[in-house]
Amino acid sequence: MKVLVIGSGPIVIGQAAEFDYAGTQACKSLKEEGHEVVLINSNPATIMTDPGVSDALYIEPLNVDFCERVIKRERPDALLPTLGGQTGLNLATQLSDAGILEKYNIKVLGTPLSAIKKAEDRESFRNLMREIKEPVPESWIIQTDDELQAVLDVVPYPCIIRPAYTLGGTGGGIANTREELWETGRKGLKLSMRSQIMVERSLLGWKEVEYEVMRDGAGNCITVCNMENLDPMGVHTGDSIVIAPSQTLSDLEYHMLRTASLKIIQSLGIEGGCNVQLAVNPDSFDYYIIEVNPRVSRSSALASKATGYPIARVAAKIAVGKTLDEIDNQVTGTTKACFEPALDYCVVKIPRWPFDKFSTGDRSLFTQMKATGEVMAIDRTFEAALMKALRGLEVKQKDLRHAKFAEVSDEDLKQAIKKPTDERLWALAEGLRRNWTVDEVNRISRVDKWFLRKINGLIKMEKRLEAAHGAESESLGETIQEAFLIGFPSPTIASILQISTETIREVGKQFRAGNTAPADGNWETQAAWEIERQKVMPVFKMVDTCAGEFESHTPYYYGTFEQEDDAVVLA
Amino acid sequence: MKRYLILGDGTVFTGKALGADGHTLGEVVFNTGMTGYQEILTDPSYSGQIVLFTYPLIGNYGINDDDFESDRIQPTGLIVREACDVPSNWRATKSLDQLLKERGTVGIQGLDTRLITKRIRTGGVTTGCIADDLEAGKAWLANMKPYDESDFVMDVTTKKAYVWGREGKQSLGEPMDTSRPKLVVLDCGLKYNILRRFWRAGCQPIVLPATSTADEVMSWKPDGILLSPGPGDPQRLGGVIETVKGLIGQRPIFGICLGNQLLCHAVGGHTYKLKFGHRGSNHPVKDLVTGKVTITSQNHGYAVDPASLDGTGAEVTQLNLNDETVEGIRIRGADASSIQYHPEAAPGPWDSRPYFFDFVEKMTAKKA
Repeated sequence: MKVLVIGSGPIVIGQAAEFDYAGTQACKSLKEEGHEVVLINSNPATIMTDPGVSDALYIEPLNVDFCERVIKRERPDALLPTLGGQTGLNLATQLSDAGILEKYNIKVLGTPLSAIKKAEDRESFRNLMREIKEPVPESWIIQTDDELQAVLDVVPYPCIIRPAYTLGGTGGGIANTREELWETGRKGLKLSMRSQIMVERSLLGWKEVEYEVMRDGAGNCITVCNMENLDPMGVHTGDSIVIAPSQTLSDLEYHMLRTASLKIIQSLGIEGGCNVQLAVNPDSFDYYIIEVNPRVSRSSALASKATGYPIARVAAKIAVGKTLDEIDNQVTGTTKACFEPALDYCVVKIPRWPFDKFSTGDRSLFTQMKATGEVMAIDRTFEAALMKALRGLEVKQKDLRHAKFAEVSDEDLKQAIKKPTDERLWALAEGLRRNWTVDEVNRISRVDKWFLRKINGLIKMEKRLEAAHGAESESLGETIQEAFLIGFPSPTIASILQISTETIREVGKQFRAGNTAPADGNWETQAAWEIERQKVMPVFKMVDTCAGEFESHTPYYYGTFEQEDDAVVLA
Repeated sequence: MKRYLILGDGTVFTGKALGADGHTLGEVVFNTGMTGYQEILTDPSYSGQIVLFTYPLIGNYGINDDDFESDRIQPTGLIVREACDVPSNWRATKSLDQLLKERGTVGIQGLDTRLITKRIRTGGVTTGCIADDLEAGKAWLANMKPYDESDFVMDVTTKKAYVWGREGKQSLGEPMDTSRPKLVVLDCGLKYNILRRFWRAGCQPIVLPATSTADEVMSWKPDGILLSPGPGDPQRLGGVIETVKGLIGQRPIFGICLGNQLLCHAVGGHTYKLKFGHRGSNHPVKDLVTGKVTITSQNHGYAVDPASLDGTGAEVTQLNLNDETVEGIRIRGADASSIQYHPEAAPGPWDSRPYFFDFVEKMTAKKA
């Protein structure tokens, strides 16, 4: 079969390199199955446009006209639209609406376009949710200025404005007053491809949780992973600090939301990957379905990397008719793609915003995504993953200290904690540093106390290091060791203690003295006494999709402090 | 406080105390579920075992008043990477550590749990001791009664028959809902959620001790019979197997987990011990008739030997997609079937909940 794949085009805010990652995986996956891949993408600076990824490559504008010319020339049998982000999906919809797919007899692979329309059109999606008895927040669909005028006195404030068919929530926002609703609403109507916006009840302060789910043509459904946003509802998930798996949901809540997510993809008839976003009341079992992305999305790229489960690869195979139990789990090599990954680590994603380049930009965060990238860190604890992610951001701050907030008044700090911006994490930390209680910071920010307590633990360690400055070398050594274990990197410890990083590394070496790694690198079969002597040391642990239950062969690791090194030393 | 975990092969891990003081012994097993510790800690099938959670952060959402699966802590101990001191969830009433202290359960934290998991994967399940005194711990471990030679079912089964109603456990004297089909449950280590789900599905459960005879079961005039999950080696349950033999063909029978193994033995089949069992919330099971795959919650250390079913009248209906072990059987012409996994979830996915409705439907049809 000859398959046309539409790439994601230029990198724009809300749609970045993750779609290249997904698209490349999908092209390779299709070729593995023996299909011929024709790729059209306007962006040559991608991996998917590298030689060998596709069989025929067209670097052309992503519009109906050019796409038709490619189709005319290549005569593909099928089109796979769900892997190029919103751009690819919108173009596929336009091709279908223009009758081009029908004219050239092109089959749409994966999730049918009708299902995509159902998920993306606010009103039909809400009708479907009512049919299957899944709760959606009260809302009003608006298509004209007159309709907008009519609801100004009806909707509860604050309310959220979401334009349909836009990228990363462009044109959306929160309105606290009639005037704000009028202004933002009219802007949204202009920006929406179909001149349609939705105004809905604000769920500010509720927990935001996402599920990455997959379904095959036979109706088998799985969850790849779930994720909990550190920032409560009100901030676009692309602008939120996200943790996988969820940390504060009990088993009952986890599976209540999982069941709802699976029910939704079953009813939509998704064939491939899908992302479901839910708002969860922090004080009850109440929840609302917020949004469904019926395609491979930014979140699925994150979920893929967080779990080791190749969502785009599997979605492409589902699109050409394979069922989940027929697809191999490449990571273990022995099990199938039809299972749910078990993590034995914690993943933290922090968005990367471009405010260092756009220094006059509005830093406030709401429902329109502003981040241009993200970092993801894996470790055995939340604290260590958070500290690692902070270092990876490549911003001035390498840890939880931020010079800007050290100086501000309590009142200004309170505002910085309350109002979401790219710098709120540092403001939260500063509040706790000033000995504000976790309860107080939670009341102002609505960030779950679990996260705040963890951040508080890091602040306490920071203070211990400060107090240890100039202490006796032996007790200093122990404090440094503890700082390492909780996730403090050497440069941070060095700067707090005002000593060199070399000195710190020496301390670390002394602590590990006497460690004997097995000659063959295999701790599993190692003699008992050797493990007993083994101290905690910097090691690499494997991301294996199964929490160690099955032997795996993927070369995908994260660094941490533990006894055993999963990475086998080559001779 | 420093605390040790000593494994059967002599490996020692040093960690920190969690839960009650003292020492404990058991078979060390791992569970890969990322949530559900409260349900696991009160699941009778973990009787005699020390449970290791592969997910490193345990106790985050605390302990609540509702998610207990029995009225006591069932595993003999637990092993975690990090236990959360102050939980965060609207239903939480206490921390994991508080619960363990209250109930006298010994645990250990701060270990490289992935290393221990991999050793179990490679070497199979092993015995273990958690103790504060290393030398004493080694001696206790050396004298431990082997897991496979202990009768845990007799310890966890209810001593007295009882009824399950809208409000939960009721004594036999209280009125039953006679409009509902009557389900008699042979309790080998029940989880409350099995009864909750059956009640929801519309039947009236009556729970009997595992020592009940077939005549005693039939004296209740049941519309259906449930063989419950439970701990330990099914081969040791000769008495219960006799009871099941006497029941096959009389009324519709449904078995869960140990119930699957009991049904296998009752028709003359065999079971064997798995290297490290299936414990987690992500096991894919394929139905051989429909071809459909379901993600299931599992907790078992023994499995049905499919070859041993030849000529017994029983056949395999479901297989585990990971290792192709038996996940379900049925007896031709006898209206008796069973599954190896847990449709009641708690913890785990709810995907196989339809089983409860299917069985109640069957019972209702027989009743009419």
